[in-house]
Amino acid sequence: MTDLLALDDVHVYYGPFHALRGNTLTVGEGEIVSLLGGNASGKSTTMKTILGLIKVKSGSVRFAGEDVTNASTRHRVKAGIASVPEARRVFPQMTVDENLLAGAYTRKDRVGIAEDLERMREHFPRLGERRRQEAGTLSGGEQQMLAFARALMSRPKLICMDEPTMGLAPKLVDQVLDEIVRINKDLGVAVLFVEQQAELALSIASRGYVLATGEIVLNGTSRELLDNPQIQEAYLGKATQA
Amino acid sequence: MLNTLIDGLLRGNVYALGAVGISLVFGVMNVVNFAQFSFFGLGAMLAWFFVAQEGLPFWLALPLVLAICAALGLVINISVVRPLAKFLPLAAMLSTYAVSQILDNVSQIAFGAQFRVFPKVMPTSNLHIGNMRFGTSDVVMLAITAVVMVVMSLFLKFGKIGRAIRATAQDQEAALQMGIPVGQVQHVSFVIASTLGGLAGVFIALYVGVANPTSGLDIGLTAFVAATLGGLGSLVGGVIGGFVLGILEAFGIYFFGDTSREIIIFVILIVVLILRPGGLLGKVPLISTEPLTGTFLGKGRPLRIPRWVWPAAFVVGGIVIPLVANDYVLTTGTQVLIYAVIAAGFTVTAGQSGVLALGQAGPIAIGAYTSALVTMNLHFSFWAALPVAGLSAAIIASVLASPIWGVKGHYISIATLGLGIAIVAIIQLVEPQGIYNIPVPQWFGAVLSTPVAYYLIDFGVLVVTLLVMWRIRRSHLGKVISSVGSDEVAALASGVRGRNYKALAFAISAFFAGVGGSLLAHQYTYIDPTIFTMLMSLLVVTIVIMGGVSLPYGAVVGSIILIGAMELLRFTPELRIIVYGLVLILVVRFRPGGILVRNS
Repeated sequence: MTDLLALDDVHVYYGPFHALRGNTLTVGEGEIVSLLGGNASGKSTTMKTILGLIKVKSGSVRFAGEDVTNASTRHRVKAGIASVPEARRVFPQMTVDENLLAGAYTRKDRVGIAEDLERMREHFPRLGERRRQEAGTLSGGEQQMLAFARALMSRPKLICMDEPTMGLAPKLVDQVLDEIVRINKDLGVAVLFVEQQAELALSIASRGYVLATGEIVLNGTSRELLDNPQIQEAYLGKATQA
Repeated sequence: MLNTLIDGLLRGNVYALGAVGISLVFGVMNVVNFAQFSFFGLGAMLAWFFVAQEGLPFWLALPLVLAICAALGLVINISVVRPLAKFLPLAAMLSTYAVSQILDNVSQIAFGAQFRVFPKVMPTSNLHIGNMRFGTSDVVMLAITAVVMVVMSLFLKFGKIGRAIRATAQDQEAALQMGIPVGQVQHVSFVIASTLGGLAGVFIALYVGVANPTSGLDIGLTAFVAATLGGLGSLVGGVIGGFVLGILEAFGIYFFGDTSREIIIFVILIVVLILRPGGLLGKVPLISTEPLTGTFLGKGRPLRIPRWVWPAAFVVGGIVIPLVANDYVLTTGTQVLIYAVIAAGFTVTAGQSGVLALGQAGPIAIGAYTSALVTMNLHFSFWAALPVAGLSAAIIASVLASPIWGVKGHYISIATLGLGIAIVAIIQLVEPQGIYNIPVPQWFGAVLSTPVAYYLIDFGVLVVTLLVMWRIRRSHLGKVISSVGSDEVAALASGVRGRNYKALAFAISAFFAGVGGSLLAHQYTYIDPTIFTMLMSLLVVTIVIMGGVSLPYGAVVGSIILIGAMELLRFTPELRIIVYGLVLILVVRFRPGGILVRNS
């Protein structure tokens, strides 16, 4: 599998605060990778770094064979990185359709955009029903679907999702995870997502990275991580047998 | 009556254009843009220049004016607003205030300060319906506005950039993540707003028949109130707010006279902020939920001042200068000292409680008038009048300001700005002539009217002021006020009701402003409302920001530089304002804590 996204020895600072400490991370084409870690471990910072919202101090970010370390967010979106921001952040006073069009902002092919709009309405029937409704009036689960669809409108190769299950009821969490798998399978889009619940995350991801205080302390396939006693202790609530 | 309605519609027309621009920029940048206010005056003056001076036909001059305003708007956004808006929205607002002062005064230097008669390009009272009289000019203006509004709403609804503007206004970070070029979107919004401002300016000139370079701030403030009334950030709201305000204002003037205008506008602003802070159409939690008051400028650590500096400064200021300086230097010195008193008192509000009040001329004026009236009518001595002036400024300003402490962020600055203007407007209403022959200070029968005497009185008052400020800062109360300024939410969580302490800080600052006003009154021996201008308020703000917003002794340094140096270099008044503005922008940009505060 070739690497679609590759972070190599990335260091990021907030003023004097060393937020990412030499992290190396890859996502292959069509892969689902999860990013785990506690509060303030650097998960969101990693996502923002990939999207170009934060400047990298040293190290490199490559995407689809291109060095995008210093590229603008706009450039990265055009290259094929889409985002499902933390807490969804749909545009509340714009209609569902307008939100989807905002996702396609970087594209110029009118015909293709219209086709994709139609495809999203098929893929997410609820959004089709509510196309003229303001996004702020949708339920949390519907807003999450809209955030997915909006990201897909840029025809991405990779979607970065920052805690897509945040604030959703347990039943909806399962739906959202199913949806991630569906997007990945049906559309062949790679997914890198942040998730608090390690077991759930690893149930759909092929690989995972564990962050702690800005460093990647563990990585491996989902199976390896699930069997790792440290992970079991820290995230799965299973005490290690002494 | 019907003519008053027409009058209101035409005023409203101008406010609506302005309000839409203000809302647009506030939406995408979260900055109240004072610079835009200047475009009203600038549009009018440019149109006057092209039509009356250069003899261009009006329909050729109009696009030319709009193009110049658009280009200027872009330059201002790139050079001043955008670099600051990302980090410090309130600092950006302050800089736009400085830019507006610069623009107004450059325009004054270029076109002259006088009111210019604007040529009649279209008939103004050739039509009538029943008793209503109006002209082609009025119809054309309303028609242009209607077309502009329709085009704007179509553009925002269906245009690709229009949609991007709305997306940015609703969630800037999400817009960025969609690959929307937020910077360009902001530029476009700024250009549209400046163009609308210029258009409104041309309309004012057409409607009133005169143009003046400094009319922009007044109209801009009214347009801002209109935008607030309609709902800041809502474009339809801006249009409705503009027309509603225009009509209310026209009827207010019809019933209460022209001098009541500013008071009416201020009352409407306060009523809206209290009853419906989101405006008629706005949704209350607008865009930014971050608390904007407090820490509005960068943090830093004050420079270490060696101990010997204090006695040395006392000896130089209190003994050496009075002994060796000539009358000219001493007279300049009194100005420096009076502003140092006012500004040192202002550091409690601006620095500690974190409220960027923009209308200190108001309490200064109250102090000056109180002092003049009690010495002349009640035969108080100057020494008794001095604290009475401070108290009356503190009490009256606090009562008038009491409704505004519940509002947040930019609103509080705008409200205090409006308050300052309203206070002076009330004085103008009550005492339009000015007061002559205010008694000079006496000490056991000896008349103290020499420059040395004034200097020493002011020096003494400054020393007392600094000691009081020093005590307040070290007291429990001072620390509570500082806690409100540095994190209002955290302070509230600790049981500190921020609004009460902001009000108290404002009262303390108003007291010293009143004392300063009293000193001014007895040294000028003549006062009238035109002394207490917006420039005076700007000067106080600039002084504290220059020295360090929370350092009372910084205010002394700021006052020496901004008043002493300007006077001794004999800058003309227009040039001075430009320098104040530039200093403000440069300090906020490069040394946000003030020159005595090291960046951290």
